[in-house]
Formats: sequence, C-alpha cells, structure tokens
Amino acid sequence: MHIYLPIAGLSVNVLVIVGLGGVVGLLSGMFGVGGGFLTTPLLIFYGIPPTVAVASSATQITGASVSGVLAHTGRQGVDFRMGTVMVVGGVAGSFAGAGIFRLLQESGQIDTVIALVYVILLGGIGLLMAKEAAASIGALRSGRPAPASGRRHHPLIASLPMRWRFYRSGLYISPLAPLALGFLTGVLTVTLGVGGGFIMVPAMIYMLGMSTRVVVGTSLFQILFVTAVTTMVHAVTTQAVDIVLAGLLLVGSVTGAQIGARMAAKTRPEWLRLFLALIVLGVALRMALGLGWRPDEIYSVEPL
Amino acid sequence: MLLALLVPLLGGAAEKPRLVPDVSQREISIAYSFTGAELLLFGAILYPDGRMPDKPADIVVVLKGPSDPLLLREKAKVLGIWVNAESARFRSVPGFYAIASSRPLKDLVDERTAAIYELGLGNLQLSPSSGALPDDQARFQAGLVDLMRRRGLFDESTGTVEITDGVLYRARLSIPARVPVGPYTAETFLIQNGRVQAVAVRDIVIDKSGFERFVANAAQRWPFSYGLVAVILSLLLGWAASAGFQRFRR
Repeated sequence: MHIYLPIAGLSVNVLVIVGLGGVVGLLSGMFGVGGGFLTTPLLIFYGIPPTVAVASSATQITGASVSGVLAHTGRQGVDFRMGTVMVVGGVAGSFAGAGIFRLLQESGQIDTVIALVYVILLGGIGLLMAKEAAASIGALRSGRPAPASGRRHHPLIASLPMRWRFYRSGLYISPLAPLALGFLTGVLTVTLGVGGGFIMVPAMIYMLGMSTRVVVGTSLFQILFVTAVTTMVHAVTTQAVDIVLAGLLLVGSVTGAQIGARMAAKTRPEWLRLFLALIVLGVALRMALGLGWRPDEIYSVEPL
Repeated sequence: MLLALLVPLLGGAAEKPRLVPDVSQREISIAYSFTGAELLLFGAILYPDGRMPDKPADIVVVLKGPSDPLLLREKAKVLGIWVNAESARFRSVPGFYAIASSRPLKDLVDERTAAIYELGLGNLQLSPSSGALPDDQARFQAGLVDLMRRRGLFDESTGTVEITDGVLYRARLSIPARVPVGPYTAETFLIQNGRVQAVAVRDIVIDKSGFERFVANAAQRWPFSYGLVAVILSLLLGWAASAGFQRFRR
C-alpha cells in the first residue's frame, strides 16, 4: 500500500512508515526518550530528503510527547518554572539553529555535519550510559549498592550569578544553566530533528542535580514546546514539513509508545538502560561507518 | 552509402514521410496513491504515395521534463571522511529525460545528428556554466547523468518501440513516482537513412492533484498557517491516542 508524500515528492509504503513510527514509539515508551535520533537517520536511509526528514520528525515528536506531558503533569512530575526557562532557551536556540542550518546548506556540508554531530553525541552518550548501566548491573549482582555520586550539581553551575528557587526540582541555582541547556537542545532540534531528551535528561540529573522525580516530565514539557516552535521555523524557512509523513509516523509511534510502556514495567530498569545504550551505540557506529566508507553515489544535486 | 546520400537529395520536401502522432494522456495527475505512470506514445507513419520503402523508417521517442539550473556536488575523502568538495553548476538540466528507440541509437544516426537533436543521454545540452576544464566538465556531466539514472529520472532504452507492418508505432515510457511536476514535452522522431525526416511534439502536463496539490500549495503560499495546522494536528493526534488508550485500559 503506497501513499504519495506531497512535500517529500515521492511515494512511500504506508506500512513501512507506520512500522518505523511504531518501533521508535516502542523504544520511547520503554526508555522515555523521544526517539528522534532514530527516526531521522532511518527516514534518510529510506530515501526521504534529509531536510524533510528533519522537519517532519520534529512535528512527529510534538505529538508523541503530548501523552507523556499529560501523564507527568497528573502526578506532579513537571517543574513548570524550570520548564519555562528551558523553553525560552530552546526557542532562542531553534531560531539560532535555523540560521546555522541555512549556512550549512549553502556551503553544502549539512549532511556531513549532521552525521558527524550524530556520531559524536550518540557515541559519547551511548558509552556513558553503557558504563553506568553495566556498573549498576554489576552492583545489583554483587549485592552492594552502587557508589553514589558525591556532589549535587556541577561546581561551575553553582558559581553562576542570580540564583532562583526551583521548588519542584529542589534546586536553588541560576536560571542561566537551564537556559543554556534549553538553547543547546533547541539548536539540535532544528538541525538534527531530535527532541534532545537523550542529552537533556542526563544533563538535568548529573549537571543540574535536579530531583529525578521531575526530570522526565520537565524534559518532555520542554520538548513539546520546542519541537512545536521548530515545526513553525521549518514551515516558514525550509518549507519542508510534510504533514502526511508526520501523521503516518505519529499513528505508529503513539501506538508503539503504549505497548513499550507496558513492556518497560516488566523489565528491570538497569537492563533497559543497557539495551538503550547498545541501540544508541549501534546508530552511532552505523553513521560513523557511513562517513568513512566510500559512498555509493559520490554526487548530489541541489536546485539553484 | 551512396544510396544514403542520394535518397534525401532525390526525394523533395513533399516526398518525405509524415508522422501522425498521439499520446495516451495529455495530463498526468499525481494523487495520494501515485506510484508512477506509464505513458503510451503511438501513431502512424505516412509514406508518400502510400508506398512503403524497401528500408522501413525507425522511430525514436523522447519524453523530457522541465529544465532547471542546478548545482552538482562531488564528494571526496578529506581527513578520512567523505565530504562534499568540488562542485559544478549546470544552467539547464531536465528534471526527467526518457528516450526509447526501435533500434540502438548508434545504428540510427551519426554523432552529429544525435548531438543536434539531443538524442541519447550522452548528448544532452546541460549548459555547464562554471569555467572548469573540459576534463572536469565531462566528469561532472557523466556523474550527473549517472546520478539521475540511478534515481530513475533519466532512462535510455532500445528496442522498446514497436513498429507494426512498418506503419503503426507504439512506445511505452514509464514515469517513476518521484518525477518533478511541470510542463513536459513528448517528441517523436522519424528517422530514415540516418536522417531525421519528421519531428512531432506534444505537450504534456504532470501536476499534483486534489489533496496533494492543496498541501503542496499551502506549504508554499501560507507557510505560517501551514506550520500552525501541522502543530495542532500532531497535538490532537497525540492527545486523542493517549485518551483513547486510557479508555481502553479501563
């Protein structure tokens, strides 16, 4: 069953796209990550133009994070004050990212940069997660508790001026740190089509030292707004948002997410984190190989 | 050889065979289920006095899409990774080009004639506009043709034109799903003794239709509203799914 994507300008198999959304949704339900880091490369691999893949993936993440935000709000899991600061940073970041995107597009290096940033980010985070998960699985086996981190938040963050109280996060820190974090993820959302949860969640825990109870909800809250703004930015600047593509992905991912959430409830979190780390490392490795191997087609065209 | 030279000299303008061409579709519309189309070019060859010559004529059909300027980038290995390095500009590259002939092109016309009528993938006038060396230009042009071929946008096939009793011809050209939209021309060439005896041109329009056309237009004309609708739609879908599953759980 094929359907024509009006913006991407090609016809795709409906089941493949919905299935892709389903797999990504399954992962996001199991691990609480958006899955944009998988959607974008897989769409490009399937033949969707990179710009359309990035833009439509952002639209899809907006819809996919709705149910998470609602659920976390219901159990007081969102720090709205922290979230708002990060949204402000994220919106600024997505505008800056649009400028960077255009510059890279003009210089012809957008694909290489996207792949390089993916390799570095996913490789680094995958290694960190794998190490942490392996350590806690080891601790679980030996029966001793994992060594707790000594400090609350990074000393650099404690030294920033103008402190605010974030009650739900249990923090008294400068808003500049979450603002910068939001900005960074905003840039990544526009350029890579990822929600940024895989960077934000570890940064919120290990750098800001936020209470883990509100980390996922607040991160989803920020992702919801920033991806919505990113959709607008792409709709106006690159005109590459494909409503049909985003809709198909969404149908798959919301279904997958519900199944994933139920599967996650039956599995130990340490093993889940190790699996996620391996998937992340796999994507990074695949992209690294793609950069180093001689590509199938060394030419590419661009309309003038 | 002598005959080949003599025949066009002897036969006056009125003595040339004529073409009565037609196409199966004047308009091809791309709707939601579009997975490509097939265009049939057919017609009759009318010989002077209704007599068939000893050597029957051959038919070549060409379907050409709208031409646009484009930039071709070439990847090269820099510091161990493949990045875009050199590039070349072309002023007019057809977004689609398919040629079909009743016999191999090189048996039908000489190189000069093929170049004049742009017959064959090697004879397209792509107007490279950079001041590159001829060697580089040839490399880029070959790279571009190869790229378009792999995408199914350029195609060259021989023996796909059927001629029945030397008079009726039919050729099928397949149009892939990712063709660019716009005005197309379908040209039919009647070739006899190495010369193009008659040319017939028909205009064809390929356009998005219905919902697809509406979405593509909306994205270009009202980008802000389009983005807003995309966001609202995805929020609604996400909310509906979560509400639906919650009811299902209870």
